[in-house]
Amino acid sequence: MLAGVKELKSFNGGIHPPFDGKSLSKNKEITQAPLPEVAYLYMSQHIGVPAKPVVAKGDVVKKGQKIGEAPALVSAHIHATVAGKVTDITFKPHPVTGARTQVVVIQREGDDEWAPGLDEPQDVEAMSPDDIRNLIREAGTVGLGGAAFPTHVKLSPPKDKKVDAVILNGAECEPYLTCDYRLLMEKTKEVIEGLKIIMKCLGCKNAYVGIEANKPDAYDKVRSAVGEDPHIKVELLEVKYPQGAEHQLIKAILGREFKPTQLPIEAGAVVHNVSTTYAIYEAVKYKRPLIQRVVSITGDGVENPNNLLVRIGTPIEPLLKAARLKEDANKVIYGGPLMGIAQPSIADAVTVKGTGGLLVMRNAGEWQSRACIRCGKCVDACPYGLNPSLLSILCESEHFQQAMEFNLMECKECGCCTYVCTSRRPIVHLIKTAKYELARQKARAQEAQKAKEAQKAQAAPAVTATAPK
Amino acid sequence: MSNAQEKVLLVTTSPHIRGPEDIPRVMWTVVGALAPAGLVGVYLFGYYALFIVILSVLAAVLTEAVIQKYLLGQPVSVKDGSAVITGILLAYILPPGVPWYIPIVGAIFAIAIVKHAFGGLGNNIWNPALAARAFLQVAYPAPINSDWRVLKQGGIFSNITGVDSITQASPLFKEFGGKTYNYTDLLTGNVPGCIGETSAIALILGGLYLIYRGYVDWRVPAGYIATVFILAKFLPAKIEAPWANDPIYHVLAGGLMLGAFFMATDMVTSPLTKKGLLVFGIGCGVLTTLIRFYAAYPEGVCYSILLMNTATPIIDRYTQPRLLGQGKK
Ligand code: SF4
Ligand code: SF4
Repeated sequence: MLAGVKELKSFNGGIHPPFDGKSLSKNKEITQAPLPEVAYLYMSQHIGVPAKPVVAKGDVVKKGQKIGEAPALVSAHIHATVAGKVTDITFKPHPVTGARTQVVVIQREGDDEWAPGLDEPQDVEAMSPDDIRNLIREAGTVGLGGAAFPTHVKLSPPKDKKVDAVILNGAECEPYLTCDYRLLMEKTKEVIEGLKIIMKCLGCKNAYVGIEANKPDAYDKVRSAVGEDPHIKVELLEVKYPQGAEHQLIKAILGREFKPTQLPIEAGAVVHNVSTTYAIYEAVKYKRPLIQRVVSITGDGVENPNNLLVRIGTPIEPLLKAARLKEDANKVIYGGPLMGIAQPSIADAVTVKGTGGLLVMRNAGEWQSRACIRCGKCVDACPYGLNPSLLSILCESEHFQQAMEFNLMECKECGCCTYVCTSRRPIVHLIKTAKYELARQKARAQEAQKAKEAQKAQAAPAVTATAPK
Repeated sequence: MSNAQEKVLLVTTSPHIRGPEDIPRVMWTVVGALAPAGLVGVYLFGYYALFIVILSVLAAVLTEAVIQKYLLGQPVSVKDGSAVITGILLAYILPPGVPWYIPIVGAIFAIAIVKHAFGGLGNNIWNPALAARAFLQVAYPAPINSDWRVLKQGGIFSNITGVDSITQASPLFKEFGGKTYNYTDLLTGNVPGCIGETSAIALILGGLYLIYRGYVDWRVPAGYIATVFILAKFLPAKIEAPWANDPIYHVLAGGLMLGAFFMATDMVTSPLTKKGLLVFGIGCGVLTTLIRFYAAYPEGVCYSILLMNTATPIIDRYTQPRLLGQGKK
């Protein structure tokens, strides 16, 4: 053990999966993946309003050229990730949301050349916070931990909120994933530089780097990269899922709590993970838009797990084949085993900004669910203080309103409850279904309301309107 | 991009992995943890005690299988071990000399009425073994309360140890001679009593193992036993016995250890949260002492746990977990 167990910072609840799968890919250096022949760029790869295509079929684009414009503040631009020709603008099911989403298709052509004005060293010293924010916004940077929240929004806290701590999230608590770890090992200086850019942008003097205790080498590297800087503290965290979730990280490092549905800003903190911080560095220091990221291709379903630098919008099939997909692999997950999203097809899926891992499982099966035996394990495991047992029962019996009273909407779908459930209940599934059902009911009610209002508005002229006929 | 032999992928909601614990693992571990107490029981009371345990388990398992298969048309789940536990627990709280039909009737009642009539595993309100025992107490008072000396007669199922004192009822029954037992006998189990309840040491060992494995929350046995200990010391006792206000005697004698470690801790019929479990344990302790001290019945474990089972939904209601970021900071 590195430090005494007592020194490790932690939080309440959570789980310790006995096999974390990190060993499969943790020692594989990052290598460049072959460029895709065809890149498929979804106009929605972030939380918020989808981007609007600003290219047309037949256009020739350069690498890094903006092809989708963010129409609102909470949105993100989309850039061409290869140089080539726009061959189609169409709709395809989204690998994360499942909804049919607009896609710009680019056939790779010619040299892999940057669009003019990009890929040029910038003078960070001379920048104002707004300059930094603008560069980040222009680069289409989003949170690369999976949630894909637009980064410039995170860096624009409301005026009445004070940020007194920036946290660099190096926990990478999802089993199997190693992309952040590899970046911390190979691009330590750049990542710390990125952290300083964030601090500068927020005018925040204090920063913390949180690293799980199972990555002692990364901890040492970061320590030496930080050097004597008194404003950046490097903290060792207990190895526990979800240590890298914002609430748990802030609780562990700062000892502050805020509600599950609230943002870290409520606790005076801003959290960015390693991949995002690296993307910020690239965006601000070199004016490089977010066109690629590190993806861990791992799991027992591939012979050769690795960490690849992958252009966004790359079809996954060649990536998996290159990692030597096994015959009996039968589940492909975007992300880690606890929150990742299972893909229906290898042939159709392409990576998006939030894809930090392709986890391939073999012999994946389903679990036989039983009635809740009230063992309480899920309650102990829920890091947000919910009652998953009760929620699962209420959602199963479609008592959605009651479930809402028991904080249904505060569930972050972290999966801890379902992982531990003795009765193998699909708790997260039931909760997700309930939320979906409630959203649908709400939408329907709104429509009905609108229709009613429209009817009312028409009620008066209706007499004359029907008269002529 | 389509491919002739496109792989068939499994699509499910996250999470895509599960922890090691499931119902059979929990239940069979509990069965294992119950074994030492049973072995002591058989050693003390003879093979007839083993016969009672086997009858009870068989009756419980068969009843469950028949109900699930023919009445409910469900998959039969007897392999999960939960009916086996009910059978064992029921036998453990029967006197060693009960007639053979008593465990059978009791087990059928436990499984059919207490468990499956309320919806099966997870939905029952009362601990099936305890409720069955309460039922037997009313339905067959004679064999349950007084037929304890049967063993003295000898025969094939006779007492193999020949210990004389094993002809009396629980050490808490002052009317059976008012005999007082020393702590060593109470600890090892060398006292009269029900089949599985006499040896405090065997029960504590099994219970501690379950705590270590995380299947039992320490708050229940600790809250239960500590409460009995404290109340037994300070409540004015109406009983006239040398041990009336002896807290150690009260803790070791009778069914308290079995109840505190294996009955009150039944997951299904106890509260969900840690706070709730502590309240539950203390409540059991209070009721047990009150019954022992002031009611007509010398043993209070069975009824106090059943009463607290009834109170579980209320305890649950007031001991919900605290939402992160709500209330205290
Ligand atoms: S999925 Fe929801 S209910 Fe389950 S542990 Fe996570 S936050 Fe709690
Ligand atoms: S873990 Fe599963 S069985 Fe246990 S209380 Fe929660 S929902 Fe019920």
